[in-house]
Amino acid sequence: MQHSFSRAGLALFAVYLVLYAGFVLLNAFWPERTEATPVAGLNVAILYGFGLMVAAIVLALIYGFVSRGGSDSTRTEDGEADR
Amino acid sequence: MIYEPSFTAVVIFLIVCGVTLGISYYMGRQAKSSAGFFTAHGQIPWLVNGVAFAGDYLSAASFLGICGMIAFYGYDGFLYSIGYLAGWIVALFVVAEPMKRLGKFTFADALDAKFDSKGIKLAAGVSTLVVSVFYLIPQMVGAGVLVKPLLGLEHWVGVVMVGAVVIFIVVTAGMVSTTWVQFLKGALLVVFSTILTAMLLARGFEVKQGGVDGYEFRTLGPLPNGDLTTAIRSLPGGAALELVPHDREWEDRGLHHFSNTTTGEQTVWSTRTTPEGEIYLDEAQAVIESGNQKTVIAGGVGDDAPEGLRPVGTLSKLPNGETEKKPLGLLSFFSTLQESEVILWKSQKIQQSDGATATVYTQNPTPGSRVLRPGEHPRFQGIRSDRLVDKLNFLSLMLALFCGTASLPHILIRYYTVKDEAAARKSTIVGIATIGFFYILTLYMGLGAMTSGALDPTDSNMAAPLLARSMSELMFAIISAIAFTTVLGTVSGLILASAGAVSNDLVANLTGEELTDNERVRIAKIASVAVGVVAVALGILFKELNVSYLVGWAFSIAASANLPALIMLLFWRGTTAQGIIAGVLVGMLSSLGWILLSADTFAKVYGLPAEDALTPFSQPGIVTIPLGFATLIVVSILTADRNTNEAA
Repeated sequence: MQHSFSRAGLALFAVYLVLYAGFVLLNAFWPERTEATPVAGLNVAILYGFGLMVAAIVLALIYGFVSRGGSDSTRTEDGEADR
Repeated sequence: MIYEPSFTAVVIFLIVCGVTLGISYYMGRQAKSSAGFFTAHGQIPWLVNGVAFAGDYLSAASFLGICGMIAFYGYDGFLYSIGYLAGWIVALFVVAEPMKRLGKFTFADALDAKFDSKGIKLAAGVSTLVVSVFYLIPQMVGAGVLVKPLLGLEHWVGVVMVGAVVIFIVVTAGMVSTTWVQFLKGALLVVFSTILTAMLLARGFEVKQGGVDGYEFRTLGPLPNGDLTTAIRSLPGGAALELVPHDREWEDRGLHHFSNTTTGEQTVWSTRTTPEGEIYLDEAQAVIESGNQKTVIAGGVGDDAPEGLRPVGTLSKLPNGETEKKPLGLLSFFSTLQESEVILWKSQKIQQSDGATATVYTQNPTPGSRVLRPGEHPRFQGIRSDRLVDKLNFLSLMLALFCGTASLPHILIRYYTVKDEAAARKSTIVGIATIGFFYILTLYMGLGAMTSGALDPTDSNMAAPLLARSMSELMFAIISAIAFTTVLGTVSGLILASAGAVSNDLVANLTGEELTDNERVRIAKIASVAVGVVAVALGILFKELNVSYLVGWAFSIAASANLPALIMLLFWRGTTAQGIIAGVLVGMLSSLGWILLSADTFAKVYGLPAEDALTPFSQPGIVTIPLGFATLIVVSILTADRNTNEAA
């Protein structure tokens, strides 16, 4: 069976995973920190929450841009990469 | 009175339903083969498929449930928006392209691509059915919730209507019509949510004493010391008030029922003590139910006394003592609210000794900074606790939302409706942009509803349509009709996913004979009707349950049963067929079992004390997702030798 993954895709996934895990852990263990209002009177909960949504859209668009043209040099064929 | 069925609403509702059915009938003529029925011949353009993803995914729980939860508790509802969107990142970066490459009709096809194992198809088919049915219940309940205020029909009528319309859509043309219904609904939902948000920002905030019916809730006080009745009578306008006796519990909770001896007006009040020690009475509302008799106490006499509760949800203070602030910008909406004070309404139930049940709704002035922070909803209060186990419930839910999306069968089958992997990827990107944009709007709409003066204190699911009603009757009709198509789109997808699993994964493998194209489609159509009927029955049976709560179940089961198999198949060459079967079954049964034994289910479904529950917290994901992975890995290792020998 052939597996092909985009390295760019997995890297972008890792970026989002770190951002999301940070958000969940911040809310779970330091909820009072989300009440600070560092920018424009907006609190951390809203800034981070909107940030995650915008990040999802931006990462998706970057991925679309990087992988345009379908399977290309950014991909690794599983099994071939090891040879 | 919060609801009156309106002529405009009925007309718009009928137009939307008519257009939807028309599309189904028209498209139905083009889809006769199984490739047409299950996957629309793989010919759906990626842009349409992307918007259809949004139409498929943004269910009644997203629109009605999240907006309602935000309107009643603030930021906590938005945590669902964040989790639901995050799951799409897994779908895009990990699942989308392999899913398209490996499968043909169902998600089981992809799992089975390497093995050709009946067991995998059966296990994945059963898990598809279980997840889809759990997901169907809240959609059907949502339909019943909607038709009552919109068309003045009973709950069960709404459920039966949705069931009938959806069975028609699916049976006439399967995936082709389902896709176009979802596309239409996704587009309408996003466009009109944007318009509603723009209207909301233009209207701005205003300090008010009461809701859109023009009634102003009163405050009495400060009360002088001494006996309550004497104290009340010494106040201006208090001379005619007489205390109506109730159980002692009323007084213990600081609640009082007065009758005006001159006008006959009935009112209820709750006690509030200021930090300075002054005592005030704030006007409340109550419903007292005894047998079939229902008494509403909500102020006013004669024609001014409402039949139902009065609409609520207002701002009591704006920054710098202002009384009005408009228009608002995208950011100043939040920074203004942060410095304001909101009146949230909370309910409390009193079981009286005379057999009656009193539900009293009281005003709770709450700083804006509190409604914009997490941890106010009972389900999320655990994050403010010092015990780790309370925090685990939150972590578990956020994990299930993250892992669940890419494991939902009705989402996965959309990958077979486009022509290739590039189209699968592009449509996911369009889906993420559309869904992400909508979820950003949920925070505006939810908080807008919280301060709209139009909320029904008894029903959080109606917050978004009622926000629209506070703008105009036409907007209310449009938003309600869209909410109804929201249910139609998602239910069509779910029934199609179930029917596909029954036909392609279960029947085809159990009979052991190769089914012809026509047989597959016929079995799927019969299965659609059967699943539709079951969904209608469950929707009527579970009508009291909260919509978003049930969707959380479906996500947990999907993530525990399906995600380990999908991920390991793609990333670990040691995966065996037996490992996949064991992983799917253990993940599904453990998460299902956990849910059935949890405190939430004890309290809300069985009516038993929550303390008797057998699981330490309610959300299973943080235990059962790793358990699914572990089972798959262990069984794969144990069966690896056998597979190698067979292959040799």
